[in-house]
Amino acid sequence: MSEITRAVEATEALAAGAVDTGVVDTGLPRKKPSLTHYLMVVPALLGFFVFIIVPTIQGMFYSFTDYAGYGDWHFIGWANFAAMFQDPNVGQAYKFTILYAAVTTVLLNVAALYLAVLLNGKARWPNLWKGIYFIPMVLSGLVVAYCFQTLLNISLPKIISWGIIGDGILTNPGWAWLGVVFVTIWATFPGTVIIYLAGLSSIGSDVYEAGELDGAKPFAQFRHLTLPLLAPFVVINTVLGLKGLLNAYDIIVGLTGGGPGNATTSIAMSITGTVTNSDVAYGTAQAMVFFVVTVVLSLLQLGVVKLMGRKS
Amino acid sequence: MTTMTDQPGTAEAAPPLKLPRPYNLTTTTVLAVGSLVILVPLYFILAMSLKTGANSGAGAGFAFPFDAAWGNFSKAWEVVNAPKAFTWSVVISAIAVAGNILIPAMFAWAVVRNWEHKFFRFSFMGLLAGMFIPFVVLVLPQIKLMAKLGLDNPFGVAILHIMFGLAFNSLMFSAYIRNLPVELEESAALDGATQFQIFRKVVFPLLMPMAATVGIFAFLGSWNDYMMPSLIIADVTQQTLPVVQASYRDALQTDLNVAFASYALAMIPAIIGYLIGQRWIIAGVMRGAIK
Repeated sequence: MSEITRAVEATEALAAGAVDTGVVDTGLPRKKPSLTHYLMVVPALLGFFVFIIVPTIQGMFYSFTDYAGYGDWHFIGWANFAAMFQDPNVGQAYKFTILYAAVTTVLLNVAALYLAVLLNGKARWPNLWKGIYFIPMVLSGLVVAYCFQTLLNISLPKIISWGIIGDGILTNPGWAWLGVVFVTIWATFPGTVIIYLAGLSSIGSDVYEAGELDGAKPFAQFRHLTLPLLAPFVVINTVLGLKGLLNAYDIIVGLTGGGPGNATTSIAMSITGTVTNSDVAYGTAQAMVFFVVTVVLSLLQLGVVKLMGRKS
Repeated sequence: MTTMTDQPGTAEAAPPLKLPRPYNLTTTTVLAVGSLVILVPLYFILAMSLKTGANSGAGAGFAFPFDAAWGNFSKAWEVVNAPKAFTWSVVISAIAVAGNILIPAMFAWAVVRNWEHKFFRFSFMGLLAGMFIPFVVLVLPQIKLMAKLGLDNPFGVAILHIMFGLAFNSLMFSAYIRNLPVELEESAALDGATQFQIFRKVVFPLLMPMAATVGIFAFLGSWNDYMMPSLIIADVTQQTLPVVQASYRDALQTDLNVAFASYALAMIPAIIGYLIGQRWIIAGVMRGAIK
């Protein structure tokens, strides 16, 4: 059982209202907590309240005003929200972010799973390959994006002159998103692979021996043994991955700056962009809607986790 | 797949026969070819950083830099003001790593050992619910708030790095602490140790493996973060490496090779550190996924 599965389960239990799931029976009679224990939760709770709860409530408040980020403000009711649904830029940000997050999640997990199976297999020099493949994990997403911008827009067109690559894929309004997907996968796959490797290492070799005795071919072994046993890890990777991708910022800022036009502007960029436009209230309204969308998506995913848990 | 198992499945089989591990050529080849996807861009960065402007303009940038222009690096070092940005990045990461370990560890221990009390149970759940709130949701009021508190500086960013890791790290530590035997703590208490001494001398040393995992994630996240420092830190002279590189890029779009030298400068320490501690880092990260 992995920590992160446990994390997902704990959150799931929370969502289901199963409050007592994690109770530890210390075998002791109920004792009064010592003062030290109270003092130990203070830094976490205080910080959480001041730096997360307070600004969230402030944001909710501002979303019903015309606050520019400075000076006076007035209540304007739901006007920000109404404007949002008419705003083509916001619509474009949602369209791009959801397409980007969904496509990246699928491609990333397929590639990472394949690579994890290879790395777990009987390759020569296994540690060398792991060493190379995990390098992107330690690099800054922004700097990686800068390098790929030159690579994709200036260098590659000099080598491959046809089609969308020849024109520089990142400058093509219709296909720039695909370049962003590729660089995101390049920069983030090590974490996904490592979680799959951890999953693979938890599957004992006896399972495969039994499969072989039954005459299962390698692909059948993968399909009927590896994949079902890895299901919890697929869930972890898609839950964690999707949440990160919906908040995408650094890589896109470095790669396209949201362009061409606003073709690759993510929701996070659309929200933070309102600071420079002196339109903070409008930004907080967008943030509130994004918050609701995030929570709904998370709950949906947890629902899927529950369904899968019932099946197995 | 030709599998040679050195552990027979049945009891009546002969004693395990130690065969040399059979290497699979196809797997090795696919891995080798695939590794080019990682290595070619890294080579490209290095080649670009060592070229003169005229050189890189002529070709696609992949040619070997025979006339290595090492001056690019010293120029990048100066323009980016690397020592200063480097120092701030180190300060932020160090505080973030310490805080990401200490605060959730104390919190998780106090909560797990007092789970039967509503106050602790609900504190934990409130914190977990906070995991759903992404940074972008509260970023705009946050910028104001940090300025008002006088925290629109690297220390403020370090605090935020701790706060946004709080929920997940507390969860990791609490899962780990639940598996620790409580008897050790009880016998320490019988010997007259205070609760704080128990935490410091008995519990915390046992948490080290999980602390290493949490610390690695905290370091990578903090060191490479661009969004928070760029939005929170008001004084440009206190900015971190990624942010300084971003502003340098805008200022010197034309001098591509010096820009690449600055990217290489940021990457090389990370890659060298990674290559040295590779085995340890991967083990630490794996521990986060499986126990």
